[in-house]
Amino acid sequence: MRRSRFVFVAALLIMALAVGFAVTAQDDVIEIEYWQYNFEARVTAMDMLIEQFEAENPNIRVIHNSDIPYDNFRDELAASAPAGVGPDVVSLFYGWIPAFVDAGYLVPLPEEYFPAEWIESYFSPMVAQSKFEGEYWAIPTAVRTLALFWNKDLFEAAGLDPEQPPTTLDEFVEMAQALTTYDGSGTDILNITSEGYAAQISGQAHHWFREVLLRQYGGVPYDEENRTVLYNSEEGCQAFAYLTAFETDYKTGSNDLFTDATQAFINGQEALHIDGSFRIGTIAANNPDLNYGVAELPVGPNGEHYTFGSYWTHGITRRAAADPARLEAAAKFLQFITTADAGTLWVNNVGELPAQLEAASDPALLEDPILGAFAAGLEYSYATFFVDESAQRQVMMDAFDQVRLAGMDPCDALNEAAIVEQELLDDYWAGRDE
Amino acid sequence: MSGLTLAKRKVIWAYIFLLIPIIFFAYIRIYPTLSAFQMSLYDYNPLSEEQPFVGLANYEELFDELSNPRSVTTAAFRNSAVYVALGVPLQLLLALGIALMLNEIRIFGTIYRLFFFLPFVTSTIAIAWVFRMLYQPQFGVFNVLLQAFSLPQQPFLKSPQQALPSILAMVIWQGLGFAIIIFLAGLKQIPRTYYDAAQVDGASRWQSFRQITLPLLNPSIIYLLVLQTISFLRMFAPVYAMTDQGSGGPLNSTTTVVLRVYREAFQGLNMGYAASLTVVLFGIIMSITVIQMFVSNRLVKT
Repeated sequence: MRRSRFVFVAALLIMALAVGFAVTAQDDVIEIEYWQYNFEARVTAMDMLIEQFEAENPNIRVIHNSDIPYDNFRDELAASAPAGVGPDVVSLFYGWIPAFVDAGYLVPLPEEYFPAEWIESYFSPMVAQSKFEGEYWAIPTAVRTLALFWNKDLFEAAGLDPEQPPTTLDEFVEMAQALTTYDGSGTDILNITSEGYAAQISGQAHHWFREVLLRQYGGVPYDEENRTVLYNSEEGCQAFAYLTAFETDYKTGSNDLFTDATQAFINGQEALHIDGSFRIGTIAANNPDLNYGVAELPVGPNGEHYTFGSYWTHGITRRAAADPARLEAAAKFLQFITTADAGTLWVNNVGELPAQLEAASDPALLEDPILGAFAAGLEYSYATFFVDESAQRQVMMDAFDQVRLAGMDPCDALNEAAIVEQELLDDYWAGRDE
Repeated sequence: MSGLTLAKRKVIWAYIFLLIPIIFFAYIRIYPTLSAFQMSLYDYNPLSEEQPFVGLANYEELFDELSNPRSVTTAAFRNSAVYVALGVPLQLLLALGIALMLNEIRIFGTIYRLFFFLPFVTSTIAIAWVFRMLYQPQFGVFNVLLQAFSLPQQPFLKSPQQALPSILAMVIWQGLGFAIIIFLAGLKQIPRTYYDAAQVDGASRWQSFRQITLPLLNPSIIYLLVLQTISFLRMFAPVYAMTDQGSGGPLNSTTTVVLRVYREAFQGLNMGYAASLTVVLFGIIMSITVIQMFVSNRLVKT
């Protein structure tokens, strides 16, 4: 009995070893790693793309690491690099690209797979923000724009036509005021029971200011080379005063109420909300009964449409580039996940717009009652060139807080912000020009 | 080892077993600490392949920032000093008062002690989030209570003036249990007979406290003083969890040195500069501890 068990175990061991050798003997299979932060819809969509890709390329295996929460994603990348591990293809917020290029973390996209002329004719003009010092460093599957979300039930309750969202900045203010309700004891911020509009400066409001309001008032945020801050202008003052007045003068809402403005809109406690297409999924998951619509952003004094465009994009790391076979596999994979078909799969599963013009101009998409407004924005969207996205956002958060919490004049706050941000730009460019 | 006596062999094995945690400690704690010193001399970007040596440039930048009263770094050092200056004495006074009372009660004593100790063993992040809700401007429990007494609502964490005291209150409350336990242990060490003798001599309760309790509690006070000062200087998690986006705001009113280290290292990718901050903080903690030990040792002896 004992002997037979021994023989059985020995046989198992030999079999296991044989299988092991067989697997390692297939040395023509290349394994590459793809990393993105954890966001359920994106993970599912990418799993589908990887499955299709591996079926077409049996000699490439893609390991999909999507376990890292958004808040820790940069930390983990920063920790993995010195340890000599990490992704071959990595998903990064487009605003991080300059910093990652500066660190030498990314390599330029290989010309033979991604010719510049092809990128420029095939993709939304927004991808130009990933062209840097003459080369493309990253390419997205999908892009996002900002649009206006409005709560139809709150419109009805305020006696407004639920199918007529504001189309101009002035209407936006009027409606925000009409839509704000207060408890009986006063009309201050803390008396608000339902918000008209609350600016979430740490969320999308700083983008709305930089790339939309400022341009609508006739200003520009930076010079063409992104080296000089230009928002500290007369137009900048007006645009910033417009944004801060919702909290300081009109008292239509504050990000300090109801957890934050985004949560307030999702819970039906904010009537007007400016956000990206990625929010559709969050609403569907958290409050599927919310009766809302999405329209293009209201136009400003110059009558022109603008919106902020942004995207998560994929780059190839220097780790992949160290080995020609891995580099080739990484390039092939990247090519596969950025086709128009991939873009269509992405919009259907994640709700982000396809980055490829062909997929984005699909009439069904443009007529979609929810996605249509975002898709329309692709034509007139601007993406900010960030050298240090979190620091530059912090500058705007501080300027905004100076106005609403310390009573500073919007112009002075903006001038102060411009000085701090100019230092960030100078530091960055000083390093690049060396 | 066969030539050794049993007792000697036991000692040798004790050394061997103790060596394992020492090696572990050296690798996990001491080696990274030393690397921070080294890293502070480099323009260290974790994403880069090359880390250029820059000498003392990081320290120069740090002292440049410190000379600007409005910089974030200055705010971080100033706030950390306020956390220590207010937090340590308040916490020790409260803990001593509660420990004296707990020392008096006999019935349900364990349960009472348990309730005071519970916050200390609860995760700081969990407590921080609960307090974030308690402090909420409209529906937070504190504001509901204020309204119930017809008092004006307060912004708490949302105001540059109130945010730091609000966070500090939570931290003091959370750490109270630990200080109470140390004080209770100290109180139990004081022989009952001293008090009896004092009573016979006609000493008042205040005199007993002043002449017997306080001097004999001195070692506990000093121990807590050193430990709590270090812990307030190293404060990070409550501020990270209780402020918008972990920013140490509003307007840098709550940020700490360690939060600044984290943000510089991982959000700004300036590990070298962050390392120079940790080295300076290390120096501060080290000197405060040495001074406290020195002063208090003399106090204990007298």
